[in-house]
Amino acid sequence: MNKRWGYWLFFAALFLAPFYLTEFRLSLLGKFLCFAIVAVGISLIWGHTGILSLGHGVYFGLGAYCMAMYLKLEASRGHLPDFMEWSGVRELPWFWKPFAHPMVAIAAAIALPTLLAALLSYFTFKNRIQGVYFSLLSQAVVVVFVTLFIGKQEWTGGTNGLTNFSTVFGFSLSSPLTQIVLYWLTAAVLALIFVMTRRLTTGRLGKVLIAIRDAENRVRFLGFNPTVYKVFVYSLSAAFAGVAGALFVLQVGLISPEMMGIIPSIEMVLWAAVGGRHSLMGAIMGAIVMNTAKSFLSENYPDLWLLLLGALFVVVVLFVPKGLAGIYESLAAVRIKEKRGHECEARVDVS
Amino acid sequence: MKPTFMWKLWLLLCVSVFALGGCAASSAVDQAKNENQNDSSSAGKEGDVVKVGILHSLSGTMAISEVSLRDAELMAIEEINASGGLLGKKIEPIVEDGASDWPTFAEKAKKLLQKDQVAAIFGGWTSASRKAMLPVVEQNNGLLWYPVQYEGMESSPNIFYTGATTNQQIVPAVSWLLKNRGKTFFLLGSDYVFPRTANKIIKAQLKAEGGQVVGEEYTPLGHTDYSTIISKIKQVKPAVVFNTLNGDSNVAFFKQLKDAGITPKDVTVMSVSIAEEEIRGIGPDVLAGHLAVWNYFQTTDTPENKAFVQKYKEKYGQDRVTDDPIEAAYTAVHLWAEAVKKAGSFDVDQVKKAAAGLEYKAPEGTVKIDGETQHLWKTVRIGEIQADGQFKELWNSGQPVKPDPYLKSYPWGKGLSE
Repeated sequence: MNKRWGYWLFFAALFLAPFYLTEFRLSLLGKFLCFAIVAVGISLIWGHTGILSLGHGVYFGLGAYCMAMYLKLEASRGHLPDFMEWSGVRELPWFWKPFAHPMVAIAAAIALPTLLAALLSYFTFKNRIQGVYFSLLSQAVVVVFVTLFIGKQEWTGGTNGLTNFSTVFGFSLSSPLTQIVLYWLTAAVLALIFVMTRRLTTGRLGKVLIAIRDAENRVRFLGFNPTVYKVFVYSLSAAFAGVAGALFVLQVGLISPEMMGIIPSIEMVLWAAVGGRHSLMGAIMGAIVMNTAKSFLSENYPDLWLLLLGALFVVVVLFVPKGLAGIYESLAAVRIKEKRGHECEARVDVS
Repeated sequence: MKPTFMWKLWLLLCVSVFALGGCAASSAVDQAKNENQNDSSSAGKEGDVVKVGILHSLSGTMAISEVSLRDAELMAIEEINASGGLLGKKIEPIVEDGASDWPTFAEKAKKLLQKDQVAAIFGGWTSASRKAMLPVVEQNNGLLWYPVQYEGMESSPNIFYTGATTNQQIVPAVSWLLKNRGKTFFLLGSDYVFPRTANKIIKAQLKAEGGQVVGEEYTPLGHTDYSTIISKIKQVKPAVVFNTLNGDSNVAFFKQLKDAGITPKDVTVMSVSIAEEEIRGIGPDVLAGHLAVWNYFQTTDTPENKAFVQKYKEKYGQDRVTDDPIEAAYTAVHLWAEAVKKAGSFDVDQVKKAAAGLEYKAPEGTVKIDGETQHLWKTVRIGEIQADGQFKELWNSGQPVKPDPYLKSYPWGKGLSE
């Protein structure tokens, strides 16, 4: 089967989802698509460039908080947000003020994670810190941010996070129509990011990235500067996570430091791992399949679901180390082999 | 073909069979449910059963506390069903796992209200989980019964709060300590919303009532090294340590306090998150002599409580204990049932209307639903932890205290919630 047709079919199915899913299932799928956006970014840096980041929760969280600040201000209708009132803040802090404008919030949701990622990755990659050391550093960033967001309760809502929003651009967040529009927006963003990232990875840049993954020193000897490439893709994947966070808040209506913590950060890597980190579509499928399994199992077996989910993960790692994409590829490889086999037989018959 | 490939093929086969089976089963169930929903238009009623949701963390860090609440709620539902059900219908509980994860609470609450159309949800423990469910129940006009003491400053029209708010737990405890233990307070808490808000209230109250704060420390959840904080306590010698630590940290703190040679006679520790269930985990030997403030103890002497404790132990094992949140969860189900009976309907708005002013003889004594705030009138009790892990009641408020989540009736509370 032509791969391209598969992609068209997949995205067509996503866009038509509002017609065949119930309101509740659609909101779940919308949430999973946000996760899929993150997974594309992870696949880009981990599968294609060999950077294992265990800190993408921070970029996701920053994007989400930027959007949530706007939503919270709109829900408060000119008053102080409720958590500030009882945390003893009398006046809106200066850095909250610009977030009253939705465009500023959206821009910040992309720009802040990108800037932070650029800064972090520039200093680490420039000093040629690689591999497991980078992973550890990215974890440390998570701990720093989670502690900061919990400690500054009067600015961030503490462990409760930001929640209880009412409207976006004046449209009620609880109305089914708004939710469908937001779902389509998420699906469109995912499609856009997928196409863009695919272009990147199949082009010349993608070759350099894979070269960096496999032998960074050789790339350097060939006259490339790996730092530039690595900082670029890392920041790009952080921007994806930021966008995903903003879309997540719009659909789920909640963000708290818990969701940018270490466990969610590792979960993001797991999605890419289960789906197949070397494949963008694999990562998307991984995020959707893992989260669907999580919802399905926890609804049907509230006492057992963690065990089942763990078993599923172990099975994937043991038997299909290349993830869901690996299954597809080995099937495709067999088909080609069989085809060639038939051709050989045919030739033998002729002769 | 290589054997590894055969493995993969097998696996794929198994996975797809499971997936297909699962999908078919779930869609069949969905279909059945949809068909049922078409039969009856009102919330949660399907033939002769009425559905309610039970939404606690059955996995993750909060499971250790929340599983007992689920047990208590299921027991209450069983009792109501055994006595003929509600308005001629049996209650069917739908249990969901919140997984100690706040978006999951929002997701499952949405599922219970939209897909299962439950008449009420009983659930939550942490404030964060309640805050996550709040917009969902408000938007879907659902009904949430939240059974744990919390930091107040909230009153949603779609939530009933059956645990204590601050003026039924923290505020009277501070007044009692000022009168009976001394004026100097050391505030120690885990770093999250409840301790920070509670301490803000305590500081305002101490300022107004002539007490003094000699230290205020927060540690991350799960923190286990308290040596520096204990040496600080030794240095400033407060009369009272007001403890809002949560979970495992309590084990470390109390053990290290005892090892440092500080006895309850030197410094009294007053806790607001340690009940019988937690004492079992921490060990009564290191806690004996310290205090806690709640609305209910397993030793509370009412006929309702004797029956409740006996039934709970018979059902779930003699080694189990009851405590304040367990009792509040149990009471919540019965209060809802009483309100439904009074309203003669499962409709949320009518149940809410009927619930206002409703009185019920709970194991903790008589409670009454305050129509305005949807909190309960509750009796406050201060108890001393005994070597057997139970409480000896030192003081109680004598009568149920009116809930005041925004502390409007206290002159010093004005600045907190304007």
